[in-house]
Amino acid sequence: MAFSHTINGTTYRFEDLKTLLARATPARSGDNLAGIAAASEIERAAACFALADLPMKHFLNEAVIPYESDDVTRLIVDAHDAEAFQAISHLTVGQFREWLLDSQRTSEALASVSRGLMPEMVAAVSKLMRNQDLILAASRIRVITRFRSTIGLPGTMAVRLQPNHPTDDPRGILASVIDGVLYGCGDAVIGINPASDSVGSAIRLLQLIDDFRQRFEAPIQSCVLTHVTNTIEAIRQGAPVDLVFQSIAGSEKANASFGVTLSLLREAQEAALELARGTIGSDCMYFETGQGSALSAEANLGVDQQTCEARAYAVARAYRPLLVNTVVGFIGPEYLFDSKQIIRAGLEDHFCGKLLGLPMGCDICYTNHTEADQDDMDTLLTLLGVAGVNFIMGVPGADDIMLNYQSTSFHDALYIRKVLGLKRAPEFEAWLEAMQIVDVRGNFTFSRTTFERLLPAATEVSL
Amino acid sequence: MSEDISRTEPWHVLTQWTSARIAMGRVGSSLPTKAVMEFNADHALARDAVYASLDLAEMQEQFAQAGFTTLVARSRAQSRSEYLRRPDLGRSLDPVCAAELQLKNIEESGMLSVVVADGLSALAPRLHAAPLLKQLCEGLGHWKLDSVVLATQARVALGDEIGELRGAEAVLVLIGERPGLRSSDSLGAYLTYRPRVGRMDSERNCISNIRPVGLGYEQAAFRLKHLLERARILGATGVSLKDESDDLPALQ
Repeated sequence: MAFSHTINGTTYRFEDLKTLLARATPARSGDNLAGIAAASEIERAAACFALADLPMKHFLNEAVIPYESDDVTRLIVDAHDAEAFQAISHLTVGQFREWLLDSQRTSEALASVSRGLMPEMVAAVSKLMRNQDLILAASRIRVITRFRSTIGLPGTMAVRLQPNHPTDDPRGILASVIDGVLYGCGDAVIGINPASDSVGSAIRLLQLIDDFRQRFEAPIQSCVLTHVTNTIEAIRQGAPVDLVFQSIAGSEKANASFGVTLSLLREAQEAALELARGTIGSDCMYFETGQGSALSAEANLGVDQQTCEARAYAVARAYRPLLVNTVVGFIGPEYLFDSKQIIRAGLEDHFCGKLLGLPMGCDICYTNHTEADQDDMDTLLTLLGVAGVNFIMGVPGADDIMLNYQSTSFHDALYIRKVLGLKRAPEFEAWLEAMQIVDVRGNFTFSRTTFERLLPAATEVSL
Repeated sequence: MSEDISRTEPWHVLTQWTSARIAMGRVGSSLPTKAVMEFNADHALARDAVYASLDLAEMQEQFAQAGFTTLVARSRAQSRSEYLRRPDLGRSLDPVCAAELQLKNIEESGMLSVVVADGLSALAPRLHAAPLLKQLCEGLGHWKLDSVVLATQARVALGDEIGELRGAEAVLVLIGERPGLRSSDSLGAYLTYRPRVGRMDSERNCISNIRPVGLGYEQAAFRLKHLLERARILGATGVSLKDESDDLPALQ
């Protein structure tokens, strides 16, 4: 179906839904690279008018990637909850924006429509929203998940402790873990990106963090961010796997480029559930996504990168994840050129994920070939803190010495806690107190005992 | 700044185990001034590495001295700025080079083509490609080494087209990785079996962070030889080929 809008006597036509969505998207380099962006600002404005008039019901009848050829589309259509959709089925996309921003909209009201929303609907409305709209709407949505800690409670924000080391050196990794814990981080997960993609190496790292957890009776979960097939093999070999990690994307072809299928993800989830290692919950999946991943695999199929990203969230929500992390600035300038585009994308991803019912975190980050720096990360961190992000990354000094990019640091987490009064996951906060790292008010209160207990953990590790 | 108001952290001893920025100290919740300035200087170095170019004459000389013959190639990206915005151009050969690289009379010879590429840091191949390749050549077994192709404004997938033109059984791309703040010279090695245009990233195996203070030449060459051997048995690289070289005795 074609759409059009006329501005000052010029009529702009959009041949189908995916073209309309692409033309209405705020400018970003990835959509230019794909050759699907609006040719001018005025064409973009016209597309937004046409999109605002589109009935929400239209999305039920036109898929951006055909149902027959794509299993992500089949997942979206087959899982759509028509009853949950009822409350908003009479609206246009433009009216849906106002529905979201209406001050009557409670956390419960927003959660109740979540399963009635297709990712394309959410992507569409986000294109009509300003940054402040994305922040305001997201700040009203709470998504709470549990494994050994509770993540996403109102007034809290968690941190993934990311202790990467370029050669997976166990002492080097533990040194960063201890540093992070002493700065009060690690309540989302201790998650290691391994340098080696071997199963044996992953198992050694899993054992390392699990030993640390047991030695200090810490209410933490660990994860080695290796390919899902490696994790399945590690489980088979009896390794202490808490969470299953996988990068996912918004089309079947893009997922194939990651070497995954929906059934493989299900198999991995079932294997991890069978271990039943969570103490207060069984949310055991950890997904990472990022705008541009489908295009980089030449698997965007004419769909704009932000809509592709929202479709990845439809994949994620089929597996009840503990954590979903949009790694917003990692992919590079060909997809998000500069800090303006990274900041916008981070807010879009957080909003879209939350509205679709996901426990969204954000790796607020940039690479050294992108036009961005730490000042821009401060800005996005502050905005996402206000928006109620579930978790952020904690990398020593914001400098990941294995993946070679810059993210947020333990200090950054302390900053945002201070300015916004955000607490840690309650189980973790209590543990930090028991370890005499913080006092009852959450202030650092190191004692000699703290160091005498913690520091040997790094030196005594068997290599 | 000799009188820092920030304290030295009591766990400073842990810095012996990692080059990560740990035990940095704090004033309130914020970083000490010196740490902020050091970070900014390192960011400046990394930014400069991205824009450095590969000196072909110097590289040819370096490889000749190490006993390798070389060819040159460039992608269709005309400048660094275009390279950064248009990865598609960096994955595709300039047509002139394609004609020059075309190998006549391709035989089923078990040939390994090696592409040495600038990627996002020309510093990495300049420092590490030749020494790594020397290590790799020792005990390469049944693989026959092709001339080394020096490629500029190149992405990893450029190796697919080059390998296909050379009729290679496998292509190894040694490429400058995106510079980090403390590693502006990291070399990545990507192995693709039966290279041809259109191979997906899941059909490659990668070894990253090759440099003396990261993964050393000897270890990297050992892993690559292991991958080459397994790739030939399996008839494929990528997610179906697990890197189990960690578990082999030679690395213990």
